[in-house]
Amino acid sequence: MKRMLIAGLAATAAMSSPSTSAATLNGAGASFPAPVYRIWTYNYKQASGAKVNYQSVGSGAGINQIKSKTVDFGASDKPLKKVELDQAGLIQFPMLMGGVVIVVNVPGIANNQLKLDGKTLADIFGGKIKKWNDPTIMKLNPGIKLPAMPVTVVHRSDGSGTTWIFTTYLSQVSSVWEKQVGSGKAVKWPVGIGGQKNPGIANNVKKIPGSIGYIEYTYAVESKIPTVQLKNKAGKFVKPNLNSFQAAGANADWKNAPGYYMVLTDKPGAATWPITGVTYILIHKEQRDIAKAKTLLKYFDWCYKEGAAVAARLQYVPIPKPVVEMVEKNWTREISANGKKVWQP
Amino acid sequence: MATVKKQFLNHNKLDKVFRVICVSAALLICLILAGVLVQLLYYALPAVKRFGFNFLVSSNWDPVNHIYGALPAITGTLLTTAIALLIAVPVSFIVAMYLVESASPYVSAPIGFALDLLAAVPSIIYGMWGLFVFIPFMQKLVRIMTGITFNGYGFLTSGIILALMILPFICAIMRDVFKMVPPVLKEAAFGAGATSWEVTCDINMKYGAGGLLGAIFLGLGRAVGETMAVLFVVGNIQAVPRSLLSSGTTIAATLANNFSEAEGILKSVLFELGLILLLISLAIQIVAQLWLNRVRKQMGEK
Amino acid sequence: MKRRGILFRKTLNTAVKFCSIFCVAAAVATLVWILYTVFRSGLQALSWSFFVEPTKPYGIEGGGIANALLGTLFITVGAVILSVPPGLLGGIYLSEFDRDSKLSRTIRFSANVMMGIPSILCGLFVYALLVYNTKHFSGLAGSLALAVIMFPVVLRTSEDMLRMVPNSLRESALALGTPRWIAVFTIVCRAARNGLLTGVLLAIARVGGETAPLLFTALWSDDWPFSFFSEPTANLTVTINEYATNSPFEVMHTRAWGAALIICIAILALNIFCRSILNYKRGN
Repeated sequence: MKRMLIAGLAATAAMSSPSTSAATLNGAGASFPAPVYRIWTYNYKQASGAKVNYQSVGSGAGINQIKSKTVDFGASDKPLKKVELDQAGLIQFPMLMGGVVIVVNVPGIANNQLKLDGKTLADIFGGKIKKWNDPTIMKLNPGIKLPAMPVTVVHRSDGSGTTWIFTTYLSQVSSVWEKQVGSGKAVKWPVGIGGQKNPGIANNVKKIPGSIGYIEYTYAVESKIPTVQLKNKAGKFVKPNLNSFQAAGANADWKNAPGYYMVLTDKPGAATWPITGVTYILIHKEQRDIAKAKTLLKYFDWCYKEGAAVAARLQYVPIPKPVVEMVEKNWTREISANGKKVWQP
Repeated sequence: MATVKKQFLNHNKLDKVFRVICVSAALLICLILAGVLVQLLYYALPAVKRFGFNFLVSSNWDPVNHIYGALPAITGTLLTTAIALLIAVPVSFIVAMYLVESASPYVSAPIGFALDLLAAVPSIIYGMWGLFVFIPFMQKLVRIMTGITFNGYGFLTSGIILALMILPFICAIMRDVFKMVPPVLKEAAFGAGATSWEVTCDINMKYGAGGLLGAIFLGLGRAVGETMAVLFVVGNIQAVPRSLLSSGTTIAATLANNFSEAEGILKSVLFELGLILLLISLAIQIVAQLWLNRVRKQMGEK
Repeated sequence: MKRRGILFRKTLNTAVKFCSIFCVAAAVATLVWILYTVFRSGLQALSWSFFVEPTKPYGIEGGGIANALLGTLFITVGAVILSVPPGLLGGIYLSEFDRDSKLSRTIRFSANVMMGIPSILCGLFVYALLVYNTKHFSGLAGSLALAVIMFPVVLRTSEDMLRMVPNSLRESALALGTPRWIAVFTIVCRAARNGLLTGVLLAIARVGGETAPLLFTALWSDDWPFSFFSEPTANLTVTINEYATNSPFEVMHTRAWGAALIICIAILALNIFCRSILNYKRGN
């Protein structure tokens, strides 16, 4: 009996001690970059021993959690405006760029075979185009036999930065969409069924013949769902891949973007993918614990430098070096703990 | 004598203390029940103040402009529960009747066992099976039977899976009710020339009406709050049911979907939805318990 | 009774009999279908590494559910520690001290009502109580949510089991001068210990497969569950939810089925075990 008690107390002590080597960092947010973030946290633990925990809960939840300080960093595909950042005492910086692709499940259509343009896309998601053999779609795809199946739109049922990127694009290319639905992390979708986070849409599209959805590129590739070619601003049909995403980010003017707020949809350029986006990390300017803050920034620095290879492997575009330098200078300026600067260049 | 008394603990006092500890533990149950109710009320108050009664009848779910309505969730819960009961109650009744009246013990024991297993399967398994196996099956079934292209998600699918989940519970209670009918009544009816079915209809059902209703209410209670199984297959859009095959949501599914990211008024809205669900299931549970208590008293007296 | 021809009544009876056999067959067939699916899809995932390696993100080789298994164990043990003492003491009160009064009837009624409350509301309750105020998810909050669900079950089954102990045992203990509280623990509880244990096991089986309450309290993690009191804790059910619905990748789906298989076997085995003990007791 005594032995059991002692064993029980020892077990409780073991369970209540936080990780002894380094503090565990907690982050939550967008599912858009989650495949890369997860691998980064795993690799970082192997490399340095520090534990980082990332929960993919959607951009909306990520912003909420960092604002209410239940996590150490938040992740969002929808950047906050400078006003909102200052109000919440946060800074944000870009971590990755990636592409939102359109996926379809239509019998007989192979990967990157179908061609669509922005306005048609807006009409499909707006419920105006109801069948796959609609003349508008057929005009863009001469020579492809399209079945007379009804279109099932699949959208997000949670608050999502991916949705924000996609609806921003739709608002830019279709004035009808902009008026009727608009852009946001969550919108009033005219038609369709909802899936939770990127995998939710992917799962649904895979299961429903005749469906169309929008997800981050890695999810489409790794789940082997056919993607669609889109007509970009220059009038060319492009396939989604690392090159077309990079082209979208090539001329981005980071210096003059307050809070690095950047919209990469519908950018000019012959090879540009029209629905590209940036995904951001949000942290507090005032950190409570200087050691934890140092670990946090060291982790992100590692992600920029060592993590770039993994990101590229999964078809995300790493942030270019000059921008990284800008970001880290900003860390030195803005982030402090108890009055002391955290990041020394 | 005085020295002997000093050696003993004051057991009278200890017994009193023990009784107090036990009463407190038992009262904790009432405290928790009240606590859940009060807490949901407290957190739901901002939403109640902002939307008022209109919340219950509005189907406008607009996260961009922070306007929410509970009608899709409430009607979704009602519809899936109604479908589940419509399927599960007659089937349970017939199965219970068969197991008690007609089947030999060699058949009824393993089938009873199988039904108990069906009751023990965790709800997330039903959800996974529903998502990966049942939805493609429903797509094909509906296409074969009616020619409609069905995406598999929706109220009908959720209703059927819910029916599967509550069937064992209702059936078990109905079996107990049928077993409690005094044999003399049944034998008298058989003696007068009644068939099995007539005995069940006229004798068992009328005698055990209270218990049967209690069983239905308990199944209803279970169906109303089921989250995981429905979440995977209902379609997850805030839309009032247009048909059996349309997609929508239920209160529990809306809670599970939106809670982690909710902020501001949405969080309060979700608590209000939780409050509505709590009130519905409290009402169902209380009615069920009152019925069953009355039935037990009747059976006890007779 | 309406006067109907004998032929009609006999046909109706046979028709209903066919209907009932069909319904029974359908119910059993569905159970078999579900179990078959779980076994067939889950067996693919099982391997030695599945049981000893922790969960790993998609894209990294290997990976299993060892940390989730351990986490579920911790959370369930925590729930038992939190719910069994009050449940047992409450059951003792209802059985030993106060069998039939307004108070005990109210308590019994509340327990029955509490057993029917949707589990997601219990998770919501603990979220608002603990997670919201301490600003972090934890395995402890998960245990608390499960304990709230288990508490009425343990209370009612303890009461039922203790009531079955014959009064002669109690009376003889008291006649010998044993204080009430010693008599309850050493005589009555000991006599009912099989039943009490079964009650606890049934309660565990009831919460073992619960996902919704843990979604708001313990969440999940890729880590070993050693920061149980302060961090999100890995557990089987939410991991299944993550892999099945939050991941479109086939390999994660297979792992979800593997975990589902383990839960299914564990809970069904618990149920069968408890039922056999109870039947043995009843037979006795």
